[in-house]
Amino acid sequence: MKKDLLLFIAFALLVMAAPQLFKGGYLMNVLVFVGINTMLAVALNLLLGYAGQISLGHAGFFGLGAYLSGILTTTYSMDPWGAMPVAAIIVGSLAGLIGFPILKLKGHYLAMATLGLGIIIFIVFNETVDLTGGPSGLSGIPNLKLAGVSFDSDVKNYYLIWTFALAVMLFSINLANSRVGRALRAVHDSEVAAQVLGVNARLLKVQIFTLSAVISSLAGSLYAHTMTFISPASFGFNFSIELLTMVVIGGLGSIFGSFLGAALLTLLPEFLRAVNDYDIIVYGALLMVMVMFMPGGLVRGIPALYRKIAGQKGEAGNA
Amino acid sequence: MEFDQILQYSLSGLSTGAIYALIGIGFSIIYNATGIINFAQGEFVMLGGLLTLSSLQLLKLPLWAAIPVSVAISTVVGVIFERLAIRPLRQPTPINLVIITIGGSILIRGLAMLVWGKDTHAIPPFSGDTPIAIGGATILPQHLWILAITLIIIVVNKIYFYHTISGKAMRACSYNRRAAGLVGIDVKRMVLFSFIISAAMGAVAGIIVAPLTMTAYDVGVMLGLKGFCAAIIGGMSSGISTVIGGLLLGVLESLGAGLISSGYKDAISFIILLLILFIRPQGLFGKADSERV
Amino acid sequence: MLEVSGITQIFGGVTALEAVSFKIAKGEITGVIGPNGAGKTTLFNIISGIYRQTSGTVLLEGKDVSGFPPERLARLAMVRTFQNIELFGGMTVLENVMVGMHTKSSSGLLACSFKAPWSISEERRIRECAMTWLEFTGIADLADQTAGNLPFGKGRLLEIARALAVGPRIILMDEPAAGLNSQETLALAGLIKRIRDLDITVVLVEHDMELVMDICDRIVVLNLGKKLAEGTPREIQESPEVIAAYLGDDD
Ligand SMILES: Nc1ncnc2c1ncn2[C@@H]1O[C@H](COP(=O)(O)OP(=O)(O)O)[C@@H](O)[C@H]1O
Ligand SMILES: [Mg+2]
Repeated sequence: MKKDLLLFIAFALLVMAAPQLFKGGYLMNVLVFVGINTMLAVALNLLLGYAGQISLGHAGFFGLGAYLSGILTTTYSMDPWGAMPVAAIIVGSLAGLIGFPILKLKGHYLAMATLGLGIIIFIVFNETVDLTGGPSGLSGIPNLKLAGVSFDSDVKNYYLIWTFALAVMLFSINLANSRVGRALRAVHDSEVAAQVLGVNARLLKVQIFTLSAVISSLAGSLYAHTMTFISPASFGFNFSIELLTMVVIGGLGSIFGSFLGAALLTLLPEFLRAVNDYDIIVYGALLMVMVMFMPGGLVRGIPALYRKIAGQKGEAGNA
Repeated sequence: MEFDQILQYSLSGLSTGAIYALIGIGFSIIYNATGIINFAQGEFVMLGGLLTLSSLQLLKLPLWAAIPVSVAISTVVGVIFERLAIRPLRQPTPINLVIITIGGSILIRGLAMLVWGKDTHAIPPFSGDTPIAIGGATILPQHLWILAITLIIIVVNKIYFYHTISGKAMRACSYNRRAAGLVGIDVKRMVLFSFIISAAMGAVAGIIVAPLTMTAYDVGVMLGLKGFCAAIIGGMSSGISTVIGGLLLGVLESLGAGLISSGYKDAISFIILLLILFIRPQGLFGKADSERV
Repeated sequence: MLEVSGITQIFGGVTALEAVSFKIAKGEITGVIGPNGAGKTTLFNIISGIYRQTSGTVLLEGKDVSGFPPERLARLAMVRTFQNIELFGGMTVLENVMVGMHTKSSSGLLACSFKAPWSISEERRIRECAMTWLEFTGIADLADQTAGNLPFGKGRLLEIARALAVGPRIILMDEPAAGLNSQETLALAGLIKRIRDLDITVVLVEHDMELVMDICDRIVVLNLGKKLAEGTPREIQESPEVIAAYLGDDD
């Protein structure tokens, strides 16, 4: 717990210093996305890694946040800072309501139900053309403004997004090492034992599902206000899978793991530019290889690998 | 609303439904033998269609030969998938299995894109495209092919599961894998069989539907998910319940698309899926059972 | 303390329990015995709210609690352990017991996430209290180990410590001595008596007759889902039905 906090402080300092190191440039833009994806991966990890409940529909909550913010600020000319919490409350209420029936389901059934939910939301984005602009998207979404400063450049957005992302990370680290976090992990390991000890597993799962949806919605709002243009294609089934990949590759139940996963999967396409469309082959292979050979994710796999290699060197030295 | 119109939509819905049923049964067979929902199931459907295309165009095979060849190749892919991805898995938790089969499906789809590109391809219908009138509606010969082949497969399935040794062993596994192992059934072999059968069934579904809907590297995603919906409605049965589930889904979808809005066509299946999962997770025809502690 | 009456449980076509009734007095140790498949675990599952019985009622301290979910029964001070131990394998031993303090603490999601001052002091209290239960069961030295790596016998003790942390007035234990060696069983007998001395009513399912006869005040015998006999250990040992149906067969 202490260790996590120290690590977090070091990480936060590094994040805040990064723009100085990179002197702005194109990378800033990519790092903005790393921040948004980190928020999303942490949100999904709270559900999947801590509570052990899968969701293949999180892109839907992300999209709802983005569209609600987009529509409220364009069609209804609301202030972006006002639209963001309104969107979060709407998405949270929706998740809370649907959470009760959906989280009764387990394993594969839960995976399918959340997947179905995500696809339904995606279809609604496409079909409610009057509201969302349909497949061609929604443009002209205003930037966020604070004390007269408009967040309209990559560097400004970087600080904006990462402030939120760091807050979400800290929030989640605290949660994980608390009464509620322990109850979540308990439900993950043995739901029936947790219940017998007085944990209302059903309610807790719905709570964490709702929290996870709210964080995703916030990330969606931030995405809409930094991009100023959104279209359904960003919120489909594939993106839900991409989020899942981030969480698994980074490491289930590790907040820093979620950052690693988000960073890797956001930067990877930049490196795979040369093979552009075929990056999905790398994706699929990566997902399979990770589950087979590093089921604990990068955060656990890399140290283990390091110890193994260091250990072998040590033995060679002794011989 | 015209009666003829409803008849027309229902008829075309039936053949789509038959496809969903075939895919759904494939899901159920693997699920019952292994407890795995194979998210890569839809990719066999895609492979069936595209491999037939190549057999026809590249190998210049006649249709009657192209079909078994592509079914065989898809089956080999199924076997490789089971050997390389499922069997070696050290921690086969439901979440790991979901992820690995999703990874497999993405990989297969990506490789298919590499081979066949991103275009949609057409396969000629099995016996022309002169519409046949039924009452006030018309259907294509391909629709009849679909219904007939589905029927044959279901009958063969039934015979296999109830009248052959390996089919019975497979059923034993689905009731209780451990007990089946204890009485000397080679459970691993049955798992492999289940992948072979479902890959083959998926491929057949992909082949017979391709002349109607065209095919492309990514058709497996939606078809696979719809097949899964059918299986859920049927309570993960590998028999008639899933067939009914598929047909129901196909008809409702077709009616919904025709009478309400075609844009929401895909949403209809998933709304039905959610309703079933919320209200009757054991399927339309199943009985509830309690978990042991 | 606890009264079950007319409990019947039917699974599909199998009748696992049929019209089982008995009373358990406050402060006593009651043994529930019977051959495998007699329905002992099923009975515990019903009393602890995991299964909903086909018919019959469960009264806890005079209150009808039939159909209450387990988490609600925990708040009414009833807790249980499992035949196949159900530890939180990914958490430390201490954390396992801290989960047991769930009903004795109240910080919510937001208080925990924002580290509200009261949640910090509550966390300290939970930790200290959990530690005392580890000391009570004699596994305090294992506090920081991962529960999943514990040897079986220690796992049993951890499950008991975790249950005690709930602050129960009644505890149900399903075969606590299964898989223990004779030395561990002896220590367990002592522990169960110390639990009773805390004024906690104990109900235990057990196959180890020596243990049962030694520590139980009363015994209920189940056979094929029906109550066969009920009484003091001596009465049970002398009961002709019990000897015929259960004890006598292999001697
Ligand atoms: N969830 C369940 N579904 C079906 N049958 C069950 C279930 N739980 C227990 N049974 C059956 O009830 C009977 C009693 O089992 P159980 O209570 O575990 O016995 P015991 O604990 O006395 O050995 C057995 O025949 C068992 O197979
Ligand atoms: Mg038992």
